[in-house]
Amino acid sequence: MADLVLLFFLIVCAVAAVVQKELLNSVIILSIYSLIMAVVWVRLGAVDVAITEAAVGAGISTVLFIAVLTRVKRREELTRIRLQILPLIVVLAVGLTLIYGTLDMPDFGSPAAVTNTHVVPRYLEKGVEETGTDNYVAGILASYRGYDTLGETTVIFTAGLCVVLLLRSNKKRL
Amino acid sequence: MANKETDNDLSALDHEKQSNIIRKTLVTKLIAFIQLYAIYIIIFGELGPGGGFQGGVILGSSIIIYILIFGLEDGRKRISQKTSDLFSSTGALIYAGVGLLAIFFGGHFLQYGAFPLGGSDVANHYGIMAVEIGIGITVAATMIILFCEMIGRD
Repeated sequence: MADLVLLFFLIVCAVAAVVQKELLNSVIILSIYSLIMAVVWVRLGAVDVAITEAAVGAGISTVLFIAVLTRVKRREELTRIRLQILPLIVVLAVGLTLIYGTLDMPDFGSPAAVTNTHVVPRYLEKGVEETGTDNYVAGILASYRGYDTLGETTVIFTAGLCVVLLLRSNKKRL
Repeated sequence: MANKETDNDLSALDHEKQSNIIRKTLVTKLIAFIQLYAIYIIIFGELGPGGGFQGGVILGSSIIIYILIFGLEDGRKRISQKTSDLFSSTGALIYAGVGLLAIFFGGHFLQYGAFPLGGSDVANHYGIMAVEIGIGITVAATMIILFCEMIGRD
């Protein structure tokens, strides 16, 4: 029941963020979306993801959006909405085909799913003694899949580098 | 007439300075707690929710709130451009450095178990902690860089 209420508010926030003409309103509604999403992650049992969503989505992302809004126009221009039949048919057809493709998959969270039988039993059995941490998520992130996390860190560093190369002006040395 | 206008301007500035005092005092008192919380999340990421990314974001946002309240020039006096650039690459260097250190001790790249610290799980524990600190430093510095570049005037 609580999950349905959260899902309803998620949909309301998503539609409202798109429909708004004033971009500052959209940014604040997206921050509310991140907050509700963090609660959904906690209900699903993923607390590490929830704290990441709360810190990054509702915190830093909102601040960076508002910082960008100081440089661009704050009102979207009104565009005429025209209904285009052929793209609508293509999108509906692809979407229905994808939904039909998921009917054969195992149930959500079932123990017989491939993701739960391939490497996860090994991680769960030997996780504590091989990685030395009680938190399986931290162990998988930093030890079993440490190479991927090195890639993520490099991506974050590269993003900062690209912003510096694009936006930093050499006129004033602060 | 001119005196009346300047009197109004002065009272407006005084009012703004007074209304800003609450925010400035609040921020100077809060920053220490925010940073302590961020370091707690980085280090306790192995036992509970958290980790390098989350703690790094919170650490970066503590500097961002200082820049929001006190202005960009004052913020630049605390964290200069060179400092944030340097720290952004230091974190990734720490991560890759720990991986290369594992090769020096005879293991594969990023095999923390090869460190001679007494057992595979103890060595892994310290390797993971070092790596998380590196991630936290990079993420915090990158958040500061992104924010300062976005709001800097051309």
